[in-house]
Amino acid sequence: MAEKQLMQGNVAVAKGAIDAGCRYYFGYPITPQNDIPEYLSAALPAVGGVFVQAESELASINMVLGASAAGGLAMTSSSGPGISLMQEGLSYLAGSELPAVVVNITRSGPGLGGIAPTQGDYNQATKGGGHGDYRLIVLAPNSVQEMYDLAGEAFRLSYSYRNPAMILADAILGQMKEPVQLSIPVDPPGEGSWVLSGAKNRKPRLVKSLFLKDGEMTVHNLKLKEKYDQLKAKEVKVEVDCPPNCSLVLVSFGSCSRIVRTAVDRARKRGYPVGLVRPITLYPFPEAAVREAAENADRVLVVEMNTGQMVDDVKLACGNPGNVSFKGYPGGSVPTPEEIEAEIYGILEGGLQACQQ
Amino acid sequence: MSAIAEKKVFSTPQVLKDNVYHFCPGCHHGLVHRLAAEALDDYNLATSAVGVIGVGCGVFLYDYLAIDCCEAPHGRAPAVAAGIKRTNPGAFVFTYQGDGDLAAIGTSEIIHAANRGEQITVIFVNNSVYGMTGGQMAPTTLPGQKTTTTPAGRSPLNDGHPVNMAEIIAILPGTAYSARVSCHNLKGIRTARKAMHRAFQAQVEKRGFALIELLSACPTNWRMTPQQSLQRMEDEMIPAYPLGTYKDF
Ligand SMILES: Cc1ncc(C[n+]2csc(CCOP(=O)(O)OP(=O)(O)O)c2C)c(N)n1
Ligand code: SF4
Repeated sequence: MAEKQLMQGNVAVAKGAIDAGCRYYFGYPITPQNDIPEYLSAALPAVGGVFVQAESELASINMVLGASAAGGLAMTSSSGPGISLMQEGLSYLAGSELPAVVVNITRSGPGLGGIAPTQGDYNQATKGGGHGDYRLIVLAPNSVQEMYDLAGEAFRLSYSYRNPAMILADAILGQMKEPVQLSIPVDPPGEGSWVLSGAKNRKPRLVKSLFLKDGEMTVHNLKLKEKYDQLKAKEVKVEVDCPPNCSLVLVSFGSCSRIVRTAVDRARKRGYPVGLVRPITLYPFPEAAVREAAENADRVLVVEMNTGQMVDDVKLACGNPGNVSFKGYPGGSVPTPEEIEAEIYGILEGGLQACQQ
Repeated sequence: MSAIAEKKVFSTPQVLKDNVYHFCPGCHHGLVHRLAAEALDDYNLATSAVGVIGVGCGVFLYDYLAIDCCEAPHGRAPAVAAGIKRTNPGAFVFTYQGDGDLAAIGTSEIIHAANRGEQITVIFVNNSVYGMTGGQMAPTTLPGQKTTTTPAGRSPLNDGHPVNMAEIIAILPGTAYSARVSCHNLKGIRTARKAMHRAFQAQVEKRGFALIELLSACPTNWRMTPQQSLQRMEDEMIPAYPLGTYKDF
C-alpha cells in the first residue's frame, strides 16, 4: 500500500493525474487553480513529462488536443472565463474522439465574477458549453481524496471512451488540505489506434471532426451517442444514503454536499429520517438512483451553490417533479450546516402541517 | 541497336496521392501541396510527418498527401502542432494555414509558437481573401481590393491595413527561418521550392520555428481568370508583400 499524505486539493488532483500516467500539461494562470500549474511545472519534468505555460486557454486546450492526437495523456486546468475559452476545443476533442482531462476549479460568474466557491458552471460542464451534439464526462469530487482518485478515474474514462472528461470542483476543494491515500502510480497506456506518429509500416491516420459528405455526420453523431449510452449504462457513480421511511431526500454534489452531509447527520440525530444522494458523475447523471430515492421519500430538496442548475436534472429524473424543492447559494455565499438544517426542518414541519390541515 | 539513355527529369512525388484536386482552376493550393510533397520526399519524412491542417480551402490536405494528419480548429493549428511536437519530438510536424486562419483568428497562436521557438514548420498560403467562406476580406486584403465584405474596396480607415506576417515572424527570437515567396511564375516557383526545402530543413536540423509565406491566387474570389490573377499578383500583391528571406538560420 502506498503512503498517506496531507495534501491540498489542487495539488492532489495534479498528483492524481501524474500517478494515472499523465505526462503533458498545458495551461494558463487563473485563480483559484494556480497551485495546479505551479505544482506540475516542477513535478512533470521530474517524471520526464512536459509542462508548457500557454499564451491563452485557447492555446492550452489545442495543445492538449495535439498532445492527445500524438498519443500523450494530456490535461489542462482553468476556471470560469478560461473554461469558456476552451469550449471550442472541447467540442473538437469530442468530435475527433480524443481523450483529454480538464480540471475546472470554478469561479462565480457571469463575467469576471468572483473567486469564492461556487457551483454556477454545472450547466456549462454537463450540457456542453461547446457547439454540437456531444457530451462531456463530468466528475465532481467532494474531498481531497476524491480530487486525487477522480483524476485517475477521469483519465481512465476519457481514454477508454475516447472522450474529453472534466473534473468539476471549486475553491473549497482546491484550497483545503486533507490526508490522501496515494495509489501505486501507473505507466501511461500504450499507443492508441488513433495516434499520429508518422505513417510507418501502416496506412496514414487522420484525426478529424469535419464530416461533409452526405449522411456522414449523422453516422458520426450516432456513433458518439452509442458511447454516451455506454457511459450511462456502465459508468454512473453516486453515493446514496437514505434511511428506511425517508421523509426527505437531499441531493447535492461537490463541496456543497459536505455541508449538506453535516446537516443531514444532525437532522437524523434529532430523529428526522432524511437521506442524501450525492452524484459523483454529473455526466452521466445518476438518474436511476435519484429516481429511486425520490420515489421512496415524501419530498426532495436539492441544495446547490448557484441559482438552480442540477435541480433541473433531478426534476427530470424524478417521477414527480412537484415534490422537488430547491435551495441555492449563488455567488460565493457558502451555506452553513445550520442554514441547511433550518431548510430541512422548514420543509418537514411545513409538510407535516400541510398533512394535518 | 544502341539503347537510348533515359534520364528522368520529372516525376510525381511519392507522397502525393493520385487524387484529383478539388481546387478551382488557377488556384495555387495544389501547387503548394506539391511543393510540400517534394520536400517531404526529399527529406524522407513521409513516415514521420504529421500535418496539422487549418480551416480553409486546404482542409482536405489529407486527401492529397499520404501522411498522418490532424485537423485543427480555425487558427489554432500552431498550438495543436506544438502539442504534437512536444509529445513526439521525433515527428516532423508542419501546419498548413490560410491567411484568415493564420493572420486573423490565429494571430496569437502563430506569434507565440514562433516566440517559443516551437520546432515546427508553417506553410502559410496568402491569397488575400477568405477563400473557403466565399471571398470575404482577410487581414491580408489590399487597400482598395473589392471583396464580399468590402464591396467598395478595402478602406484602411475603416478596415485596417494589410498584415505582413513573414516580416513580423522574422523579428521573433524563436524564429529560425521566415521567407515570402510567390507562385505566380516559374522563377517564383523555383524560389518557392528552395524556400520550402529550407523551411523543412530548419525543423530537421532542430533550428527552431520556420515559416514560409506563399503568395497565391484565388481566381474564384478575385473574380478573375487564372491569367489575370497571375498578373494581379505581379502588379499588386508583390509590391505590397515584398518577396525575400527575412530570417535564415
Ligand atoms: C471559429 C471559426 N470561425 C469561422 C469559421 C469559418 N471559416 C472557415 S474557413 C474561414 C476562412 C478561410 O480563409 P483562409 O484562412 O484565408 O483560407 P483559404 O480558404 O483562403 O485558403 C472561415 C472564416 C470557422 N470554421 N471557425
Ligand atoms: S476558393 Fe480560392 S482558395 Fe479556395 S479553392 Fe477556389 S481558388 Fe483556391
